[in-house]
Amino acid sequence: MTAQVTTHYLCIGCPLGCRLEVEEEEGGQAEVEVRGFSCRRGRDYALQEHRAPQRMVTTTVAIDHALWPRLPVRSQQPVPRQLVAEICRALRSVRVVAPVTLGDVLVENVLGCGVAIVAARDMAAC
Amino acid sequence: MITAQPRHLRRRYDVVVVGGGPAGLEAAVAAQNAGAAQVLVVDREPEAGGILLQCIHTGFGLHRFGAELTGPEYAQRLVAQAQGVDIVADACVLDVDEQRRVKLMTTASGIATVDAGAVVLAMGARERTRAAARIPGTRPAGIFTAGLAQRLVNLYGLMPGRRAAILGSGDIGLIMARRLVLEGVEVAGVFELMPHANGLNRNIVQCLHDFAIPLYLSTTVVEIHGHERLEKVTVAPVDSTLQPQLAQAWEIPCDTLLLSIGLIPENELSGQLRLRIDPATRGPVVASTMECSRDGVFACGNVVHIHDLVDFVSAEAMLAGTCAGRFATAAPAPADNVRLLPGENVRYCVPHTISTEREQTVYLRTLRPLESCELRLVEAEGNVLYTKRLRYVFPAEMVTLKLRPAILQKFHGGTLRVELVPRAFPGQGDAAEPGFPLPAPDKRPGGEP
Repeated sequence: MTAQVTTHYLCIGCPLGCRLEVEEEEGGQAEVEVRGFSCRRGRDYALQEHRAPQRMVTTTVAIDHALWPRLPVRSQQPVPRQLVAEICRALRSVRVVAPVTLGDVLVENVLGCGVAIVAARDMAAC
Repeated sequence: MITAQPRHLRRRYDVVVVGGGPAGLEAAVAAQNAGAAQVLVVDREPEAGGILLQCIHTGFGLHRFGAELTGPEYAQRLVAQAQGVDIVADACVLDVDEQRRVKLMTTASGIATVDAGAVVLAMGARERTRAAARIPGTRPAGIFTAGLAQRLVNLYGLMPGRRAAILGSGDIGLIMARRLVLEGVEVAGVFELMPHANGLNRNIVQCLHDFAIPLYLSTTVVEIHGHERLEKVTVAPVDSTLQPQLAQAWEIPCDTLLLSIGLIPENELSGQLRLRIDPATRGPVVASTMECSRDGVFACGNVVHIHDLVDFVSAEAMLAGTCAGRFATAAPAPADNVRLLPGENVRYCVPHTISTEREQTVYLRTLRPLESCELRLVEAEGNVLYTKRLRYVFPAEMVTLKLRPAILQKFHGGTLRVELVPRAFPGQGDAAEPGFPLPAPDKRPGGEP
């Protein structure tokens, strides 16, 4: 008999904050059991967080000749959670020059994960 | 998002809006749509957009735009809408008088006075500081409100320090915990006086759990140490009456302390105008049109009461702007005829009066977390006029109530009390003290040194 491994998650769907549990056979790809949810969204969230947690990346990059010295940027789509910190580190060496328009692609395919980093606002040259 | 600066100020505007954040921009556009031809927005920053410009994370706009936006994206949409509005940046309103003459100071033309058909107050809020929380100790550098740190990091690219502790688990504090870690600053922990976190679960998970930042509930900072620069803080658990247990205190070495301990509506102008202020919200008393206690003066956004979501600010500001525009150009709406009072478990409700003739939205906040309760409108004699079942209420989440005129059709009194009452469960104990879930597997070093 293989051991059961239980992982705990806190649901972010609403302020109830259900304590979710995902139970799975050790090392197994087999059936998982989800407990502790009180709605369908909670169950889906637990499975998503368990299998492939995704996060949006938002940070800033340096910008020259603009009103502010930093330009807010975001990932065009969510990226795998474990890449967030590394992407932010990589973006520290990016430097752009104004003018920039919202949605301008600043880094294509960041760290080879298939997602672009885009400007999150216009910034005029000045 | 450079905004068109008017070359000359007019002598008279239909509507003058004080503050160019989300509330001010939405109100200005709504006023224009309601018929006000000349609308002026006065903002003290170099560009309009308000605090959204430094909130670079996502989570804004799901209600307003049906999309999950960053703060700057939300702000840019509002500024784009406000094409026909005069926005004067780098400017400051010094005074508004009873005749709605607005005295302002601008970089271009110095001090000027303009007449306003209606005024909309949208000054937003300020952060509570160390002085408001009365934290004992020395006065070194390195103590920032969370929003100031956010401005330094996100607009200027300046790091506040190398190792930070955060007091208060409001959303700004949680967001900044993640932000600092991503910028290479070590975060020793988030300390929350109350037994429950103040921020959204989403932020607990994505800002703290994702980066293994500990959250200490029922714990507060009891002393600040350091001379030139902050060296450490002493933290201690608190008992059920929120008194620190100094015998169990321990020290956190850090050069930076961020405070995320609440916002206070910024009502200096409202005070100068001698508007009536609600001590619970610390904002002006408003009617269902968002009109204050002086004719033609309206208010919206965080200056009235602190909102959880900018989307709700937008909704409130559209109402204020529409009513201000109508006041300035046409017949104002008929006055309210029912007073709303906060009752059991309700900290405050806004607006303070309503009309039986219109549909309106009432915003309220609970005093404490309740699971499974009823929102009631109660007449002075105790008759319950209306009930609505709620699965839960939390102090950190505003409750909204859409009130249709039909509900009030058989009501002829002058005052309604708004109450949140726990529902009794057969076979269960006291439903008033629910075991509401604590939002995190939190660490408490229970008396260790």
